[in-house]
Amino acid sequence: MYAYTGRILHIDVTNRKTSIQRVGPDFIKKYLGGTGLATRLVYDNTPKGCDPLGPENALCFAVSAFAGTTVPVGTKHGVAAKSPLTGFIGDSLSGSYFSEMMRRAGYDGIVIKGQAPKWVVVFIDDDDIQFLDAAPYMGMNTLETQRAIRERLGDENVRVSAIGPAGERLVRYALIDNDGRQAGRSGNGAVMGSKRIKAIAIRGSHPITVADPKGLMEASLRLIKASRGPGTLKYRTLGTPANVLNLNKMGLLPTRNFQETVFEEAEKVSGEYLHERYHVKSVACAGCSIACEQWGAVKEGKYKGAMIGLDYEPLFAVGPNCGIGDMAAIIRLVQLCDEYGLDAMSTGVVISWAMECYERGILTKEDFGGLEPYFGNDDAAVELVRRIAYREGIGDLLAEGVKRASERVGKGSEHFAMHVKGLEMPGYDVRSLKTFALGIAVVARGADHNRALSYEVDIKGEVDRFKAEPGRGKLAMEKEDFACILDCLVLCKFLRNCFTDFEREVAEIYTMATGIPLTPEELKQVGERVVNLKKAFNIREGWTMADDWLPPRVLEDPLPSGPGKGVRVTPEELRMLIQDYYAARGWTPEGLIPKSKLIALGLEDIAEEIGVEEPVAAPAAGEA
Amino acid sequence: MAQPVYEHIICDPAKCTGCRLCEYACAMVKTGKFDANLSRIRVVRIEPITMTAIACRLCADAPCIIACPRNALSRSEKNGVILVDQDKCDGCGWCIEACDFGAIVLNPETKNAEICDLCQDLEGEPPCIAYCPVEALSLGTPETLRQKARREVVAKLFEELFKE
Repeated sequence: MYAYTGRILHIDVTNRKTSIQRVGPDFIKKYLGGTGLATRLVYDNTPKGCDPLGPENALCFAVSAFAGTTVPVGTKHGVAAKSPLTGFIGDSLSGSYFSEMMRRAGYDGIVIKGQAPKWVVVFIDDDDIQFLDAAPYMGMNTLETQRAIRERLGDENVRVSAIGPAGERLVRYALIDNDGRQAGRSGNGAVMGSKRIKAIAIRGSHPITVADPKGLMEASLRLIKASRGPGTLKYRTLGTPANVLNLNKMGLLPTRNFQETVFEEAEKVSGEYLHERYHVKSVACAGCSIACEQWGAVKEGKYKGAMIGLDYEPLFAVGPNCGIGDMAAIIRLVQLCDEYGLDAMSTGVVISWAMECYERGILTKEDFGGLEPYFGNDDAAVELVRRIAYREGIGDLLAEGVKRASERVGKGSEHFAMHVKGLEMPGYDVRSLKTFALGIAVVARGADHNRALSYEVDIKGEVDRFKAEPGRGKLAMEKEDFACILDCLVLCKFLRNCFTDFEREVAEIYTMATGIPLTPEELKQVGERVVNLKKAFNIREGWTMADDWLPPRVLEDPLPSGPGKGVRVTPEELRMLIQDYYAARGWTPEGLIPKSKLIALGLEDIAEEIGVEEPVAAPAAGEA
Repeated sequence: MAQPVYEHIICDPAKCTGCRLCEYACAMVKTGKFDANLSRIRVVRIEPITMTAIACRLCADAPCIIACPRNALSRSEKNGVILVDQDKCDGCGWCIEACDFGAIVLNPETKNAEICDLCQDLEGEPPCIAYCPVEALSLGTPETLRQKARREVVAKLFEELFKE
């Protein structure tokens, strides 16, 4: 095979056993790589009902078909496991050098199971798998760990995926960091911590060969040029923080735990403000021609010395959503999250929930160990991030995520616990984005913009964003499938506007790289297949219709101000949208997948396990 | 006669994003495979934001040529690149030790030292420059760099003067 190696590495850290699973082109073509392949590996290697933080959960890595090649923004990998936040599929993406080294070490995927008796660093050196004592690295933050391991092994080519103090303490939204990029959402850092793996170091010596070097080089150059065009201008100049002012103007910027959607200090936390006052450098992932990561540094004041590559989602979460309008504080907070190894999105939404609890008197100064976390109190936020990472005091509760924390605290705090399926909400208020409200309610990973992607049709004005109507189910499905294709290949979503005929162009490049024939139709079907596979995993793990739902605040509290004033998503609207979506997918009205559907998607084995018989068409009303 | 001045690959660290597409392109053009270790241009990335790419700088008094015990290295009269005589070179690595920039590769397959030759046998600009998405790479001499720096600093100075 070209590009691919056809090898999946299995590691059991309990008894330090390793083995190689061979996979052929027919198998790999169905999932491509990234989150598709990683999800399939999770499905196959976890027993039904396993504890996400127990030895039976499988932490799975899968590389992009394009890793380490000139195909721009293709040097990425997916990480998946059963999520400790949701109990469903937890699939995240990361990128950069680690992805390249994984392929060059000879693996398309890595499956890690078990629980080490003592903390270890797993060192994958081509075919040689070593288990190093992790004691020297315990307590180190994510980046320190990577540096220290590289230093100890004496080679810059060793790339490391590491957890920080939060992952060591099984914070349910802990992340895995490699090269300053993160497999951020859904708590894969906690899964890694539960296996007592502080880091995975990897070094590969094999070159990557491709089927059609000349064709691939030419196609790469075309894509690199396209990726410098208008389709990515936003990412290259202000980066994703460019969203702040747009979303604020549209009344979509979650403010003070989604109580409002217009932030009075938006100007001061905007991409423009960041660029003008804090910007020091644009940085790229390995193999990326866009370089969206806009690094900001604080040069004075109490956060002097703080520095981070800032993206919109972490910014919204710890900024406006916590009532914080100080860019320097936001830079510091996101940096702390990255260093402790916390998903800054979940962290921000958990803290904003805690702040609302404090303001409403549900949690007191005493509960917070002397802190007064009113909205806008950045000192309290900084301290809370630390306590969460170390599970100190109230941090132990907050480390459980907003779903569990609100269930434990009660007193009406569930009403404003902003999550779907246990995953904290992203930075778009869905009340005036009806297609996206649907997308986020049904997507397998929980509240997630990257998997749903349907905010696009609402925000770009392709549909009336205030209106819930039949047809949105199909739209939400199409966006979700499209996003899924990118996540499987993997190509970064920021490249998505750089194609004229996406499926045809990408299928061609795929075949040039891998030598595996792939038609545009087959590529399209991968998206649908993997979305169904994720749903199948969730069903196996006990999903019910009640899990496809939105937080009470979205359903009951109309927006207090802004262009969407008075708007909410009513339960009736949501029910209608969800039925529309299930029907578009060919699922039953209960949201289950018919056997015939799974078989048509080439998931025969799964059809046996979780597929349902085709529902008998109900006679239309009026017919006797 | 004045010493001839040769162009070499220059990277602007302010523009370089650390993406390494130059390495991937170089390795493919020179070896037919993607193997950044064999690339003759290497990106140095000191986290988080210090980054630049380094290729042979065509030193005027090249220590690699002097260091080679087999006289395998010589300078091209045409464009100044360091040529490696494949028959004489036995991969001892003295040239690598002598190079202050870590710009010489030892290819384990050919067992030869390999040095950026500006892809002189290809038409058009070297692929590393063509594939650089941010125009951080260019061909230049110390003199063209000096000129560019002077122009930039003066332009900036006057821009500020007129602002006030």
